[in-house]
Amino acid sequence: MIRIDCPWCGMRDEAEFTYRGDATVTRPGANAPEEAFHDFVYARKNPRGWHVEWWYHSSGCRQYLKVVRHTMTHEVRTVARATETPEVPSE
Amino acid sequence: MSQPFRLPAGGHVDRAQNLAFTFDGKPFTGHPGDTLASALLANGVRLVGRSFKLHRPRGIFSAGPEEPNALAEMRDGARREPNTRMTQIELHDGLVAASQNRWPSLRWDLLSLNSLIAPVLSAGFYYKTFMWPAGFWEKVYEPLIRRSAGLGRASGQNDPDFYETMQAHCDVLIIGAGPAGLAAARVAGASGQRVMLCEQDSILGASLLGQDEAWRTATLAALAAMPNVTLLPRTNVFGAYDANVVGALERVTDHMLASPAHTPRQRYWTIRAGKIIHATGAHERFIAFPDNDRPGVMLAGSAAAYVRRFGVKAGRRAMLFANNDAAFEDFFTLQDAGIGIAGIVDPRTDSAGAEAARARGITVWADSQVIGTAGTLALQGARVARRGSSGTDTLVAADLLCVSGGINPAVQLASQSRTPVEWNERLQSWVPGTPILPQFAAGSVNAVTGIAAAAADGARAGAAATGGDAAISLPTGAVADATVLPFWEVSVKGKSFVDIQDDVTADDIRLAAREGYKHIEHAKRYTTHTMGTDQGKSGGLIGAAVLAAARGERVQDIGMPTFRPFTQPVTWGAIAGPNIGKHFEPTRLTALHDWHVRRGAEFMDTGAWVRPGLYPAPADSDAWDTVLREARAVRRSVGICDVSTLGKIDVQGKDAAVFLDRLYTNTFSTLPIGRARYGLMLREDGIIFDDGTTSRLAEDHFFVTTTTANAGPVMQHMEFYLQTVWPDLDVTLASVTDQWAAMSIAGPNARATIQKVVEGLDLSNEAFPFMAVGDATVKGCPVRVFRISFSGEMAYEIATPAGFAETVWQAVIDAGEAFRIEPYGLEALGLLRIEKGHVAGSELNGTTTASDLGLGKMIKKRGDFVGRALASRPGLTDPGRPHLVGIRSVSRGEQIRAGSHLVETGTTLSLGWITGVTRAVELDGWIGLALLEGGEARKGTRMTATSPLHGESVEVEILSPHFVDPENARVRV
Amino acid sequence: MRYSGFRLLSEALRGNTGWTPAWRDPPPKKSYDVIIIGGGGHGLATAYYLAREHGITNVAVLEKGPIGLGNTGRNTTIVRSNYLLPQNHHFYEHSLKLWEGLEQDLNYNAMMSQRGVFNIFHTEGAKNASVRRGNAMRLSGIDAELLDKEQIRAMCPLIDVDNGRFPVLGGLLQRRGGTARHDAVAWGFARAADQRGVDIIQHCEVTGIDVEGGAVVGVQTTRGPIKAKKIGLAVAGNTSRLAQMAGLDVPIESHVLQAFVSEGVKPLVDQVITFGAGHFYISQSDKGGLVFGGGLDGWNTYAQRGNLPVVEHVWSAGIAMMPSLSRLRGLRQWGGVMDMTFDGSHIIGKTPIQGLYMTAGWCYGGFKATPGSGWCHAWTIAQDAPHKLNEAHTLDRFRTGRLLDERGNGPFPWMQ
Repeated sequence: MIRIDCPWCGMRDEAEFTYRGDATVTRPGANAPEEAFHDFVYARKNPRGWHVEWWYHSSGCRQYLKVVRHTMTHEVRTVARATETPEVPSE
Repeated sequence: MSQPFRLPAGGHVDRAQNLAFTFDGKPFTGHPGDTLASALLANGVRLVGRSFKLHRPRGIFSAGPEEPNALAEMRDGARREPNTRMTQIELHDGLVAASQNRWPSLRWDLLSLNSLIAPVLSAGFYYKTFMWPAGFWEKVYEPLIRRSAGLGRASGQNDPDFYETMQAHCDVLIIGAGPAGLAAARVAGASGQRVMLCEQDSILGASLLGQDEAWRTATLAALAAMPNVTLLPRTNVFGAYDANVVGALERVTDHMLASPAHTPRQRYWTIRAGKIIHATGAHERFIAFPDNDRPGVMLAGSAAAYVRRFGVKAGRRAMLFANNDAAFEDFFTLQDAGIGIAGIVDPRTDSAGAEAARARGITVWADSQVIGTAGTLALQGARVARRGSSGTDTLVAADLLCVSGGINPAVQLASQSRTPVEWNERLQSWVPGTPILPQFAAGSVNAVTGIAAAAADGARAGAAATGGDAAISLPTGAVADATVLPFWEVSVKGKSFVDIQDDVTADDIRLAAREGYKHIEHAKRYTTHTMGTDQGKSGGLIGAAVLAAARGERVQDIGMPTFRPFTQPVTWGAIAGPNIGKHFEPTRLTALHDWHVRRGAEFMDTGAWVRPGLYPAPADSDAWDTVLREARAVRRSVGICDVSTLGKIDVQGKDAAVFLDRLYTNTFSTLPIGRARYGLMLREDGIIFDDGTTSRLAEDHFFVTTTTANAGPVMQHMEFYLQTVWPDLDVTLASVTDQWAAMSIAGPNARATIQKVVEGLDLSNEAFPFMAVGDATVKGCPVRVFRISFSGEMAYEIATPAGFAETVWQAVIDAGEAFRIEPYGLEALGLLRIEKGHVAGSELNGTTTASDLGLGKMIKKRGDFVGRALASRPGLTDPGRPHLVGIRSVSRGEQIRAGSHLVETGTTLSLGWITGVTRAVELDGWIGLALLEGGEARKGTRMTATSPLHGESVEVEILSPHFVDPENARVRV
Repeated sequence: MRYSGFRLLSEALRGNTGWTPAWRDPPPKKSYDVIIIGGGGHGLATAYYLAREHGITNVAVLEKGPIGLGNTGRNTTIVRSNYLLPQNHHFYEHSLKLWEGLEQDLNYNAMMSQRGVFNIFHTEGAKNASVRRGNAMRLSGIDAELLDKEQIRAMCPLIDVDNGRFPVLGGLLQRRGGTARHDAVAWGFARAADQRGVDIIQHCEVTGIDVEGGAVVGVQTTRGPIKAKKIGLAVAGNTSRLAQMAGLDVPIESHVLQAFVSEGVKPLVDQVITFGAGHFYISQSDKGGLVFGGGLDGWNTYAQRGNLPVVEHVWSAGIAMMPSLSRLRGLRQWGGVMDMTFDGSHIIGKTPIQGLYMTAGWCYGGFKATPGSGWCHAWTIAQDAPHKLNEAHTLDRFRTGRLLDERGNGPFPWMQ
């Protein structure tokens, strides 16, 4: 069971959350070319290792959290608020 | 005495009470504390099952969850459970069990003839034949294979019992209540932390039973006095998952004839543990030698357990074949219990155990091995020969052959926790290495064997996990040496089984290697080794060793198959728990549900919601009668519909208008206060996400509605953009779907109806035109009135806090009586919207664009919004994409079906499909909506609507989707 | 060595000592015409069809471990072609036709069993979608039948058609669908490809893809560099990582899909059955185990294991649909790492790098696609151009917007 220490609610099971994918991509500005939007929606590094990702605490505080989680071990290293930039381990 | 193999004393059985049970219809008795296996042994029953492939006779092989052979169909009728291990069934009065996988009887099993052709039924034989003629597989070969495969029979009936789900948290979880686990619990418990101790067996103690009862009793008493310690007997931890979370199954009433009232049969626990101590013990392994599957061959430790725990002699005259001194100790227990001793066969040349045995007067054949067994349905003896000699062998008479090839520490749960396993030379087996998660291992799983040493190791682990004091009283006693001589197989010709349940022999493993299936995973899959219900607990490593030898490598160098869950098979219904039947998913009811029930509505599922589909009247001859009556009321007078399920989101804040402008394809910042506007929302990929009306209640306050299906997803979508993309915007969102009930009053008499009950709002067309929004009251209840229409008629939507719903609804119904107001359901709603050409879920299906649905004009030309950029990709703007059209059957009475495809008459190339159909009330016959390639240009032409599934083809006209009032005049009167 | 009942008998009489390896274990050569990376079903099938259809036999299949142990050996063995979109159902139908003659073609019994696959629906909306799909199949010449509630009850009496939450309205049946023995597919293709001269090189992990002037020239491996003019990727689950070795980011995420098998029981479930109101499907293996699964755990992972919330949903859905399974027991659970794309359909085709091809993004369709994927991938490699069956399944369709979206769940790989 992935467990996420929500900064607002405390340690909770994955079942309380809704996953929203890669949190490293950012929506381009209004005048950006179509290609930039393509990358925002479709281009993914899909790393085998540390992954920064959005989890929405849908059965809790309804906040989007930025979670640093490892895609092999499933270890959750950091749970940050949406506007924070958590550190990503190099290994 | 009715139990000839029962010892006069000893064990955890209550000889004062007799329990009656039947096996294969034959009556027996046993005692409380027995398992079915111990009771059968006490009664002298040796033959209990047949093997999977060759249907060889099989007996009780073990005393625990590693049992490969003794599988029963337990109980009968709806409670029948196939494949239940007799070694774990607690005996109770009235127990009914039957052997399985045999026909016509256990003694005379027709398919035992398979043994005669066993060489042909070698590993993977089915991959090499049964291919000709091609059609014979499904018709001939496979049905034969399927019938003879499988083990027991399912009941085929619904389970009369129920199950419970438990959620638990603890600081320290200890798995296993042998000496190590109990000592760990005692130390951890004394620290004051929350401790849980799970033991798969019905009583705690494991090897302490019948060996050190005093320490066991004292420790259990100490633990019982600790309120922070939870003891869970009969609870098997079946799997270890991420973050130190485990799943466990507690057998609550399986030891009873039937569950008492209000008591679950089993409980499924999810335990979130701070730390885990694995005290899971070990499974004894056997040795591969010819006919090592004969009923009467048994693991040495198990034979001892039958004496110590159950007071049962597993035979009259026993011999031992073992490569370790610990097994000798177990064997001595048999001698002490008065079982006749035939001798010990030891592949080692010399050992302390052999000396001890000789001192007890036991014959020891050193440097020797068992090269075969005698007997058919029960063991009569074993053939003993010197190792490496081709000389003569001796047939030693015995009805019990105890076997021990060493022990396999139960590393499954540690391994599932990503702890690497390490090779232990002394045990010749795998043990847990350095854990990655906060976990510990103690006792024999940690290669620390013998009661005293294991308990000390448990105390150490308990202290390490909690910082507690390891100095507790420990059991004493001699330490049995579990060191083994690496000895896996007796290399002589014959059927030497490595997987007893699935009839996998050492030769099968070698054949796999010979054919190139040399990797351990290939060999396992090719031979089915370790794939039985026992998962190779006692034989898995033996097969690996045989494979290693065939490859010329060491067993520790060829690896092990991954230890996947489950450690023991898990009851399906227990995991499903209460979430079955009508509770499989939550049911959502609107605030008006009771009214609909009283009115006799027929209901329909829409997602989790249950909504009225139609309200049949006694005079209606069929469902269409009802639906047409309801829709006609809307078109000609007035109807009322519960639309509470639409999603509702309250949007407030200084930047609310800007936020909505960025989310919708159209503009909301220009919307006047007190007005509503239809809005279209795209996903970022340019496809339509949702639609609905949004009202402006104040400069900084909007009320958004969504479709029923997307209420949750739209809320998440809005929160995503607000929190992660534009966190600088001053906007607050609240989902208020459940807080507001809503009803739509539609039809030419809609105004006249609600005017009678709406107070505080001028509803005249001038004061409250189409798309107006205003607050009012009905019977003193606060309401919000929206002049919006889905049906295409003059219509009002009245929303009210959910608690007032029925009062307001009834007031409107009463007011509409003069106009013969009709409540209408989803079916009529669908009819009306198709007539009007309004899109709904079947067109907003996640693959359509705004222009596909004729909504291209809703895309604003200026400013960014979600989906803008990618909506202009060529694939989404291709003029060849299907467009929304209306269709109508040329022969008016002819039914058309949703899901039919549109083809040029006389062809089979699909050019589009019909998304929804209905009988119409404004015009004759059947109409529908469709998505059609080149739809615009085809308007006015005829095509064929074809449904090969129904064998139907109907000629249809292609029309505008707006069958009713295309100028949209009615909504404005 | 040709397999047959006669051979089985004659070898048995000689103590089964005469059998020879199903495929050779050759050392890698310095160069090949074509290197296929990935020794799962798709890679082995690609190599086989390169040899059989295109006469290209100087081919190596490089596998980092033993063959067939990725998703080929971790799926629920279902074979069907009941897809909605013509681009998809034509492809899967081609694959199904290859399945139908596969055993005789390979001389290896993969136990392809056309026992029928049906999807149950519970609402009018879902029924309409099934009718649309079934009609699309029929118009393309693929078998499909609509079942009503009573027919479902008759086909599988264990299904609680009147269950209290989502009563069954009917189902869509494809009789030609069924199951096959997954491991045997990899082994059969390996043996047949090997017999045609393909080198199957196990325990040879690719650590780099060499690109010069926009074209591939070879690979770096744990067993040294190997040159090749053409390279095909067939590494579902790890496509992103391999493609990144050639400098490509692909529209794929890796997700885990769990599956389960029960203890063996006597025949109980004859068909492959999919539940429409929850994530659940089930069939029974020839050995007697009920094989079942559901949806993704739903977060990126390369680990072949999932967690309890999905287990609970899948098992609940199973009992909701078939209450009498309640007292049976699950024996084993496992997980496979799926290449999930952003529209739920696969990718077979060329890449922006000359000589680099891929079959990837298989989502849930990988096993049933095995022969078809290999066939189309081989064609694309041999001709340096896609076959008509895979011309829509390009890597760049996310740029052009020509998506192949069967379900309309949006550009979210975990929701496909």
